[in-house]
Amino acid sequence: MSTLFEKIGGEAAVDAAVDIFYRKVLSDDSISHFFETTDMEAQHAKQKSFLTMAFGGPNNYTGTDMRAAHAPLVAKGLNESHFNAVAGHLQATLEELNVPAELIAEVMAIAGSTKDDVLGL
Amino acid sequence: MPNITYQGKAYPSQADETVLDALRRNAVPVPFSCRAGSCHSCMLLCQEGGATERSQKDLKPALKKLNYFLACQCVPEKDMTISLPNDEDVYVSAHCVEKKQLSPTVWRFRFDTAVPMHYHAGQFVNLKNEMGWLRSYSLSSLPTEDEHLEIQVRRMPQGQMSHWLVDDFDVGMHIELGGPNGHCIYTDGEPEKPILMVGTGTGLAPLIGILRDGLHQGHSGPIHLYHGVRTADELYLHDTLSELAEQNSNVHYYACISGEDVTGEVEAGRAADVAMSEHPDLKGWRIFLCGAPEMVKAMRKNAFLAGASMPEISADAFTVPEH
Repeated sequence: MSTLFEKIGGEAAVDAAVDIFYRKVLSDDSISHFFETTDMEAQHAKQKSFLTMAFGGPNNYTGTDMRAAHAPLVAKGLNESHFNAVAGHLQATLEELNVPAELIAEVMAIAGSTKDDVLGL
Repeated sequence: MPNITYQGKAYPSQADETVLDALRRNAVPVPFSCRAGSCHSCMLLCQEGGATERSQKDLKPALKKLNYFLACQCVPEKDMTISLPNDEDVYVSAHCVEKKQLSPTVWRFRFDTAVPMHYHAGQFVNLKNEMGWLRSYSLSSLPTEDEHLEIQVRRMPQGQMSHWLVDDFDVGMHIELGGPNGHCIYTDGEPEKPILMVGTGTGLAPLIGILRDGLHQGHSGPIHLYHGVRTADELYLHDTLSELAEQNSNVHYYACISGEDVTGEVEAGRAADVAMSEHPDLKGWRIFLCGAPEMVKAMRKNAFLAGASMPEISADAFTVPEH
């Protein structure tokens, strides 16, 4: 029985998805300001860890980390509409890469499970 | 929180604070510049205790083994006793063999080192003078073709080091040279890939090295180089680059002038804007960006949004030291 991460294509799938996903996020004026920093390479690496986690891959994320990392953004007004916009871009990325619908559903469920921590609820 | 001991005095660090920030908070003067782990100006020696893995990952193996680390990248995990680097570990003595003015504000310096320095075109070195002033300069030479190391220095209005180099430093004199550092280099294996290079001012220095390195390694895909300056008299390599473009059908050179009216074979506007308008689709391209930090930042984003993959974008932003 293979894991979600294996079924989706492992690290290669993350590499394929990260540019498409981050490009969508940066092009979306309603959320791009949360993702723009002086160090775009570091930001790109963060998106890669996030996708690895959402794809069910090996990661060291804890809920506390998620909260702490996003707290400054929550202070700047990060809310549910922004969270949903990012989730929408994730879904669109996976569809663009022709990931089967049942795997997309699993990824979206993992991403959705981070919502309370991301938004500090 | 761990203590940082420097010159016999212990400084308690705070949560998530780097060694550099802890020293600066206590007004301890140590050299630093980019604070992003790139320039290596803040490299220190760890005499007791351990430096973190992250603070050593970009160092040469020999320096790592001697327990050097980058202060701006090190959040201490245990007590550390640290000191400034030993010059003989980090620097080689360089002897100036040529100094030549290339434009109203740009000078070229060529050096010989006592021990040959192994480097890739596009990397940079740290120059340290007798007063202890430390600055990073990109190498514009190509190790396989050029006998000497070359840097191009722009006299900056507020630039202490550039004024010193231009006014007080000359052929026959010595300076300490550390490095090489940096990852903005030509990578082989994809000779047909189109390349876009954008450099402002002396950001051109590493680009001409990388360009010549690519040609030397048989790059056959198109190479488009945009050099941005404010006024035409700052196109300090115009003849060299025009000649390279004439001799190599895949090399295209564009001189971009943003600060005055233009005539003839130059383009009006900022180099990054001109480059983006002529190459709106950068999917599958290799990108090199060097020069003013705001240009590098904006162009990195625009190139990425235009389809370039993030790992294919190499950038070298000038760092402006704080005082």
